[in-house]
Amino acid sequence: MARRTRFVDSDILVIGGGFGGCGAAYESRYWGRDLNIVLVEKANVERSGAVAQGLSAINCYMGMQWSENQPEDFVRYTRGDLMGLVREDLVYDIARHVDSTVHKFEEWGLPILKNPQTGRYLREGKWQIMIHGESYKPIVAEAARKSATTVYNRIMVTHLLMDTVQPNRVAGAVGFNVRNGDFYVFRAKAVIVGAGGGSHIYRPRSVGEGMGRTWYAPWSTASAYGLLIPTGATMTQMENRIVLARFKDGYGPVGAWFLLLKSHATNAAGEFYEKDRYPEIKGRVGHYVDIQPMPTCLRNHAMIEEIKAGKGPIYMHTQHVLDTPEKEELGWEDFLDMTIGQAVVWAAQNIDPKEKPSELITSEPYVMGSHATCSGAWASGPEDCAPSDYQWGYNRMTTVQGLFGAGDTIGGSAHKFSAGSFTEGRIAAKAAVRYVQDMKSNTPRIDEGYIEELKQTVYKPMENYRIGRNEIVAGTVAPAYITPLHGLQRLEKIMDEYVGGYSMFYVTSENLLNRGLELLQTLTEDFENVGADSLHQLQRAWELKHRIVTAEAVARHTLFRKETRWPGYYYRADCPKLDDADWHVFTGSKYDARTGEWEMSKLPVHHIVA
Amino acid sequence: MPTYTDMTRCDGCGECVDICPSDIMHIDPVYRRSYNIEPNFCWECYSCVKACPQNAIDVRGYADFAPLGHKVRVLREPEKGVISWKIRYRDGRIKEFAFPIRTTPWGSIKAAGEYEKPDAAAFGTQMLAHEPTALHIDALPTLEQKTIPAKQAKA
Ligand SMILES: Cc1cc2nc3c(=O)[nH]c(=O)nc-3n(C[C@H](O)[C@H](O)[C@H](O)COP(=O)(O)OP(=O)(O)OC[C@H]3O[C@@H](n4cnc5c(N)ncnc54)[C@H](O)[C@@H]3O)c2cc1C
Ligand code: SF4
Ligand code: SF4
Repeated sequence: MARRTRFVDSDILVIGGGFGGCGAAYESRYWGRDLNIVLVEKANVERSGAVAQGLSAINCYMGMQWSENQPEDFVRYTRGDLMGLVREDLVYDIARHVDSTVHKFEEWGLPILKNPQTGRYLREGKWQIMIHGESYKPIVAEAARKSATTVYNRIMVTHLLMDTVQPNRVAGAVGFNVRNGDFYVFRAKAVIVGAGGGSHIYRPRSVGEGMGRTWYAPWSTASAYGLLIPTGATMTQMENRIVLARFKDGYGPVGAWFLLLKSHATNAAGEFYEKDRYPEIKGRVGHYVDIQPMPTCLRNHAMIEEIKAGKGPIYMHTQHVLDTPEKEELGWEDFLDMTIGQAVVWAAQNIDPKEKPSELITSEPYVMGSHATCSGAWASGPEDCAPSDYQWGYNRMTTVQGLFGAGDTIGGSAHKFSAGSFTEGRIAAKAAVRYVQDMKSNTPRIDEGYIEELKQTVYKPMENYRIGRNEIVAGTVAPAYITPLHGLQRLEKIMDEYVGGYSMFYVTSENLLNRGLELLQTLTEDFENVGADSLHQLQRAWELKHRIVTAEAVARHTLFRKETRWPGYYYRADCPKLDDADWHVFTGSKYDARTGEWEMSKLPVHHIVA
Repeated sequence: MPTYTDMTRCDGCGECVDICPSDIMHIDPVYRRSYNIEPNFCWECYSCVKACPQNAIDVRGYADFAPLGHKVRVLREPEKGVISWKIRYRDGRIKEFAFPIRTTPWGSIKAAGEYEKPDAAAFGTQMLAHEPTALHIDALPTLEQKTIPAKQAKA
């Protein structure tokens, strides 16, 4: 089938118009007035990404204007929560800038709740502030849309393009228009990837029609990693995939309930299980258990052990705290602004939170770099405070020249959330403008044969279907191809059973991982035979590819790190304890697309804040 | 479903198709009305529900854990800056809520390029756009320098 090829030239190409991407588009324009800034998004920037439905809190705000917190405090907090391992330079850098982002959001029209007594932003917890955030994404998108030269919606980016002269330099990206099928070649001097983390890497608890009810959006398809890994960019902390404790089935958030409304959780017998499990946790992780607040993964661990012991359901006692109409509104808005599905569960199951408690549970695992976890690319740090081995050029540039990242893309800097991801987009963009100016006369080159080859690759799933379809009468069972959904479900099953999903209570081991990797290898081979019957399914096919690549990185990192650093996120049953002597390091990986080899490494941890 | 379209209300305008982050609202070629082509990739994000000018889209909770008989309806009025919710329980109880969504007119945000052009000196620093003013403290913190004192606390 003849597909049109469209070439788009830019100075800075931003891939993904979520929080990281919108921050990048805005800031690129601020510093690069005459640059050609292109934003490309697989959905519609107005409502795309993890914040499509809105949020009820901004989880990363210092409040330096009121001396509430300083950036150093935030570094200590994230380091504690991640049990010693964060890129302190990157975390510090976000923390010192994030307040200016939030003040800008407020100026743009985002309603932020105020404490009537103090006039300051209403705090949910030490780092979180409450917002009326239904329109959070459309507001931020307005700023980005106006700042970019051109925004391309509905283009699924499938591959990054590399320079033909300098093999370790990015040159742009390719993808296809999901509506009309045109092939797009974006040539760019610098690329900023903000393509989001990954849901559906692991089998979700929900089944059938409900399988889309994951905590992270089903359209968070791990493109941030699936695009980067094949370029040979060094990745870090991919084993640090996160498990969330949330309201059961709806996955409603618990933060406002615990922190603002001061609700509490118990087991079915009404016992406060977290403190009862203290001695056992201390035996596993030592002094890390005494960090205040208790690291997120350890709180999960206590809940998981309780459920395994048959002491569930675990209940959040919402009924004790909704004693005023204002609190009832706050409780409901928390869901209606960011997890509407949870309100649907309450209505369907006749649960009035003023009268009855609600069940909590741990989710399937996700791969992301912006929440209480930090998988992603190894990035160069800020010039003024990154140790020398964290610095090889421009801030937030990956180990590939000209390739920058933000939000879920960048590894090692946890707890960015929405405002921090936008801030990181801003940081990356300013550095990318500098990169483009420094490279003025040196434009990347792309070879036509290479483009043609990629074009064949991109549409191959449709070709597979066109040919294979003739062998059968109707239906989805064909000998020559599997559908993207078939491939996704196989991936989820492998990851769940061998790489520590919920059905294994997050447990894995060397033998399980090695077997899982064998099965992932055959799935990688079978991807060559995925069949797509439409452009929509072609998008699903490439989303699957990005997830498979990411999943392999997770398995390899988990195999390499022979310890259980984050019990509650996953367990190496053969290395059950935290082992600071050998593993107070970041894990690194580098994939060679030509040979299919993965090179694993240990990367140093520097503590730059006391 | 989880979203489904009311055949008699939908006029096939395509707003839901344009907005769905999951690309699953499509127009049926025979009836010229929208429908959810892939319910198992729906997040119940309500983006399409909020966008539909005919109020033709509704959500029926995921079949694997949500019993029938409930409704969570929404009316988003951007020009008024308000969103209203009406929740009907399976047993008939009703809850209603309304929340503000934006404090400034839609379209009023200034593009980054409309601000005064920063000078080369600012470009050479760690400062981002609108800093340090937008930080509401006097200078951008660095690791060498001790904590920047807060300005007088604002009410
Ligand atoms: C349910 C939920 C609750 C949350 N609660 C809070 C909260 O209360 N407070 C808070 O601050 N944060 C919260 N977060 C976290 C916050 O949403 C994320 O940290 C943040 O959105 C990450 O930003 P990002 O830019 O990396 O990814 P995203 O915002 O997800 O953006 C990624 C973008 O890339 C696009 N894209 C993906 N792949 C491709 C491709 N191949 N080609 C083109 N485009 C592509 C996507 O469509 C998307 O627009 C929550 C998240 C969820 C899901
Ligand atoms: S937005 Fe509403 S009226 Fe328009 S196509 Fe969708 S369901 Fe039909
Ligand atoms: S609720 Fe969200 S995911 Fe579901 S069809 Fe509507 S816009 Fe798409």
